[in-house]
Amino acid sequence: MTRLNSPEELEGFRQEILSRRDPDKPCISICAGSGCVASGALEVIAAFKAEIEKQGLAATVDTKGTGCPGFCERGPVVVIYPEEICYLQVMPEDVPEIISQTVKEKKVVDRLLYVDPATGEKAVHEYDISFYRNQERNVICNNIKIDSKNIDDYLANGGYSALGEALGSMTPVEVLEEVKKANLRGRGGAGFPAGVKWEGSRNAPDPVKYVIVNADEGDPGAFMDRAVLEGNPHSVLEGLIIGGYAIGAQEGYIYVRHEYPLAVENITLAIQQAEACGLLGENIFGSGYNFRVFVNQGAGAFVCGESTALMTSIEGRAGEPRPKYVRSNVVGLWGHPTVLNNVETWANVPLIINKGADWFTSIGTESSKGTKIFSLVGKIANTGLVEVPMGISLRDIVFKIGGGIPGGKKFKAVQTGGPSGGCIPESLLDLPVGFDELTAAGSMMGSGGMIVMDEDTCMVDTARYFVKFLTDESCGKCVPCREGLRQMDNILTRITEGKGGEGDIELLEALAETAQEASLCALGKSAPNPFLSTLQYFRDEYEAHIKEKRCPALSCKELIAYVIDPEQCRACQLCVKKCPAGAIDGGKDLVSIIDQEKCTKCGTCFEVCPPRFNAVRKISGEPVPPPVSGEARKIVRGGKES
Amino acid sequence: MDNERIDQIIEKHHGASSALIQILLDIQEENHWLPKEALDRVSEKLQVPLTTVRHAATFYKVFSTVPKGRHQVHVCLGTACHVRGANRVLDTVEEMTGIKPGETDLDLKFSLETVNCLGCCALGPVMEIDGKVYGKATPSKTIDVLKKYE
Repeated sequence: MTRLNSPEELEGFRQEILSRRDPDKPCISICAGSGCVASGALEVIAAFKAEIEKQGLAATVDTKGTGCPGFCERGPVVVIYPEEICYLQVMPEDVPEIISQTVKEKKVVDRLLYVDPATGEKAVHEYDISFYRNQERNVICNNIKIDSKNIDDYLANGGYSALGEALGSMTPVEVLEEVKKANLRGRGGAGFPAGVKWEGSRNAPDPVKYVIVNADEGDPGAFMDRAVLEGNPHSVLEGLIIGGYAIGAQEGYIYVRHEYPLAVENITLAIQQAEACGLLGENIFGSGYNFRVFVNQGAGAFVCGESTALMTSIEGRAGEPRPKYVRSNVVGLWGHPTVLNNVETWANVPLIINKGADWFTSIGTESSKGTKIFSLVGKIANTGLVEVPMGISLRDIVFKIGGGIPGGKKFKAVQTGGPSGGCIPESLLDLPVGFDELTAAGSMMGSGGMIVMDEDTCMVDTARYFVKFLTDESCGKCVPCREGLRQMDNILTRITEGKGGEGDIELLEALAETAQEASLCALGKSAPNPFLSTLQYFRDEYEAHIKEKRCPALSCKELIAYVIDPEQCRACQLCVKKCPAGAIDGGKDLVSIIDQEKCTKCGTCFEVCPPRFNAVRKISGEPVPPPVSGEARKIVRGGKES
Repeated sequence: MDNERIDQIIEKHHGASSALIQILLDIQEENHWLPKEALDRVSEKLQVPLTTVRHAATFYKVFSTVPKGRHQVHVCLGTACHVRGANRVLDTVEEMTGIKPGETDLDLKFSLETVNCLGCCALGPVMEIDGKVYGKATPSKTIDVLKKYE
């Protein structure tokens, strides 16, 4: 690989790559991100390669496995260049048709296009799809254009030009000032201004400094860091090198979750490629700046996403947090000043250097600038990653981009900020999304998980879920977190089981306050948020559970029962066959009956009952009607009546 | 796992005590669990007290200090999977295998774990067996999938 000794050589090399490429040559991009791989993308890639070979097109058509473009719900996603035709949910058996129709004949295969559920219109191009149309994609826009394992693709798309600019014509202080001016706030959760953090490290007298990428994305329901690191690893690396240069660090670490093997693979490869090109290592671009990067894997501990715990883990010990009397940007990894930012924050840095702080601050709200990637998941039609400008309303995200709630259900709440965040009810849907706005509503930005809940989601159970999650993940070092959360979990579990009593809510509030005040790290301090916000907006649900022993969302297992409506049952016996507990009795022309003693409330009967019968019902807070018996159980078929 | 192989792994990480977790990860990856003898060897070679090694081996979820089954079942309980009914999937797995999360059955066929998020939220609820992801899981589909494993 060519070693690039100056920004000019980089530019020359880029032109060379571009001159070798024919922009009109057909190229089939298939998303090879984890979501699409789970839906069978690797088989689709293999099928394309085999078919291209078979039809003798190897010289005229390219294929590439790319990063995640975000629309995971409809994966595997295939985009065909140069026309940018986008096909969704492509299966290996669709491949011959795509090659013969679209690549050879330039015809569109209708059935693989996105159909707008609201208008019924078909979208041929990626940018025509409503899910993409309302986004502003700066960080993840290149994912579908880049083979994440090939540095040439990143270079062809302008990669490392920001590094060239920073090292070639800016002093470290100028870089720092630009990031400060852009008011880039940390995308990992708390929203601390990155430039201020960098400045603290730069000004610390210790000559040994470190920079770290926090890729320990442990928030359940969030996967944007995974997509960026897997799909466009060089963008994170470039940001990290620039950051290292700005603060005067010579070493950087990338701390990746063990659960993300593909991200580990791609970033390790990216480091090797960057080193081979001279973009990393000794004397980068002949500037005299030396910088090395190492990859460290986590081992499945959520608390290691906390900065001090993460550093302890890199040092090779159990990842327990420490009190932050001194910030880690002054005393961090091995006692040296350390700047730790998350994946998305680093990936924004090259954009700021390339396009300038003024461009960056032109997007967003007064206090939150730029765009933010959210993972829009849960009970929503278009699940996936969305990148939007700060300040967009939650309503626009959920309904315009997300396509609303599937199955004709009613929207109930959106949970943001992961286990440290809170639930936002329908009445606040017009809230503009920004760090401070979400905090004011009792939630937070967090790393950007956005979980949409419909009427079937029980909010008490949701609070219990998060508290339980954090109880399991607590490192156990401080009492309010270790013991306090355990008690909150016990009480919330009791309430969802219908065993709640008077005074439970008050006790929970007291425990929440103690955990907030007295916990050592942010895990404990923010752990009561899901409880407090659900109590604030959905107190009636808590009261229904405690006073009426009823779950209004018909979700808490101990408070519901499944019954079969004798009027609706047509004795198809599907439920009888599928019930894993053998709790349903039925026969030819006999109304099926659920034995409540044997029923494990798994919901299989509810799920398999054909919608045209709709005979299985969930009830809560009312007595189970006695089973029909004798003559009444016999179903009289329409034809036999006369 | 023999000492020679453990030494090779330690060598790969230059024998630095800060690489403790990376070394344990490599051993776990190959051996599926961390036997006492392996921890002893790591402690000795890295000059790290055994208590520190054991602390790390029991603190992080990926590590196991007891043998694991032939098939590792991971049920994702991330929020997205949770709101789409992951608990019902977990219940079904527990019922079919007779084990709870963290346990291995007596035939060493299945080990069951819950995970917080596999990053495949769009496909929730998700179950992963030996690295293969089964998306949009339901109790009835789960039964069919588990039956395929020997």
